[in-house]
Amino acid sequence: MKFRGKAWKFGADVDTDQIIPARYLNTSDPKELAKHCMEDADPQFVNKMKPGDIIVADKNFGCGSSREHAPISIKAAGISCVIAKSFARIFYRNSFNMGLPILECPEAAGAISGGDEIEVDIDTGKIVNLTKNKAFNSQPIPSFMQELINTGGLMEWVKKKIG
Amino acid sequence: MPMTITEKILAKHAGLKEVRPGQLINAKVDIALGNDITAPIAIKEFHSAGADKVFNKNKVVLVPDHFTPNKDIKSAEQCKILREFAQEQKLTHYFDGGDVGVEHALLPEKGIVVPGDLVIGADSHTCTYGALGAFATGVGSTDLAAAMVTGEAWFKVPESMKFIFHGKLNKWVDGKDLILYTIGDIGVDGALYRAMEFCGPAIERLSMDSRLSMCNMAIEAGAKNGIIAPDKTTKAYVDKRAERPYKFYASDEDAVYSDVREYDCSKIEPQVAFPHLPENTKNISDVGNVKIDQVVIGSCTNGRLEDLRVAAKILKGRKVAPYVRLIVIPATPLIYRQAMKEGLFEIYLKAGAIISPPTCGPCLGGHMGILAEGERALATTNRNFVGRMGHPKSEVYLANPAIAAATAVKGRIAHPDEVVRK
Repeated sequence: MKFRGKAWKFGADVDTDQIIPARYLNTSDPKELAKHCMEDADPQFVNKMKPGDIIVADKNFGCGSSREHAPISIKAAGISCVIAKSFARIFYRNSFNMGLPILECPEAAGAISGGDEIEVDIDTGKIVNLTKNKAFNSQPIPSFMQELINTGGLMEWVKKKIG
Repeated sequence: MPMTITEKILAKHAGLKEVRPGQLINAKVDIALGNDITAPIAIKEFHSAGADKVFNKNKVVLVPDHFTPNKDIKSAEQCKILREFAQEQKLTHYFDGGDVGVEHALLPEKGIVVPGDLVIGADSHTCTYGALGAFATGVGSTDLAAAMVTGEAWFKVPESMKFIFHGKLNKWVDGKDLILYTIGDIGVDGALYRAMEFCGPAIERLSMDSRLSMCNMAIEAGAKNGIIAPDKTTKAYVDKRAERPYKFYASDEDAVYSDVREYDCSKIEPQVAFPHLPENTKNISDVGNVKIDQVVIGSCTNGRLEDLRVAAKILKGRKVAPYVRLIVIPATPLIYRQAMKEGLFEIYLKAGAIISPPTCGPCLGGHMGILAEGERALATTNRNFVGRMGHPKSEVYLANPAIAAATAVKGRIAHPDEVVRK
């Protein structure tokens, strides 16, 4: 699967309260959550971004709460993929389980600037900065997690198992 | 092969003789927990997977504690989903109305989680139960849904970090300060993906309430779990509560750690974490003049009886400073009743405090104590992220209950010794 979009840069330790503030957690409707994606990090984010765009962040993206509403709001807002130097573990797990593509790549996250045109190949983990004409290889995804993605997320995998 | 306590519990639940860090395993869960924010998504996924029965009605626990008492129509709808599911599935452990408490205070208190358990909870502070010598970790709603169906969850066995605490604790220092100090040392991702094992003479002397506060905040260092080997303090705590047989595990002496850190507690002062990350810790003596609008004493970190007692000790015969709100939240109905019996409520009320029913409410900026633009709170909670307790331009400072009480009296962040004269 390949994605192409504009990069939106965020700093280190972007927590889940910034991704989707708790004041909006009285619903789990993806459309509602999408309206407030990244609101406390950048209140104008959802108005500026376009479907297919890519979030690029520093270390420990998604730290804090276990709320799956965070990856849900990012995916429902139309972000195709998140690249970061590292991810907080529950966010990482949640993203695989619910099907938001994420890639851990310190080199790419450091070298990409906001506004750069990025192409990502999820299957190979290859990230290309088309604006700067540079390519990066992200950390390989463990085979079990690849299986999760290929099956369509954790619940599909469970369905197959209990089938 | 030598193993850590975390590795032993994971191996046992995966039906394996041994596990190694990095290994992916499928393990049986003893308890799968959800709350009114995370469980509605899990219940929806449970149904859409075509499942009709949870794997075990005693092992799926639902606690609507975040937006309860229901703050608005939308959150009432969320809670209704839990209530109907609990009824339909005949769940043994569903808590509502006057039975509800802050989940991570409630489950240990009721003996629902016991030493040696493997627990997953769709709440990041599920790591609290490590204080009982259980492996407990936060997951998302989809993981909870899968566990409700299969009774299992997948894990990558974490590397373990060992934190050894020596020496005696200074006055007004408790488990909250030890964990804030540790997070200040290693940072908010200092234990990312790893297990934090707390040990040493100071931990052995630590009360269960303090141990629960410490393990509660392991997630604030990015950890998968925090854990303390069970001992006689644990035994005294669980013996009168455990609803199932339990098992004590301990790390082998030659177990392998990715990092070992040693701290001298005699050098640790009460800590205050400044906005907007729990790692921004300062010694109370280095804080300076920080005016505060609201103080919150409560949460899954510090809403237990010991916390309420120490706060009352400082508030006794004193008044909350003018224009400052103090909110005290006993974490469970039992703690609430006990605090009332001990006369603590009288002290709080005379001081001018608000006594809240058990709820997570203000900790996550949900309800029952939200901050306006530019306001500052000092809270005994666990997170001080941007906008955590209300307006994105409000601030949260984290500390222990003694500092919180002293701060409420002074109207600025204060050392308890400034208030309680010897």
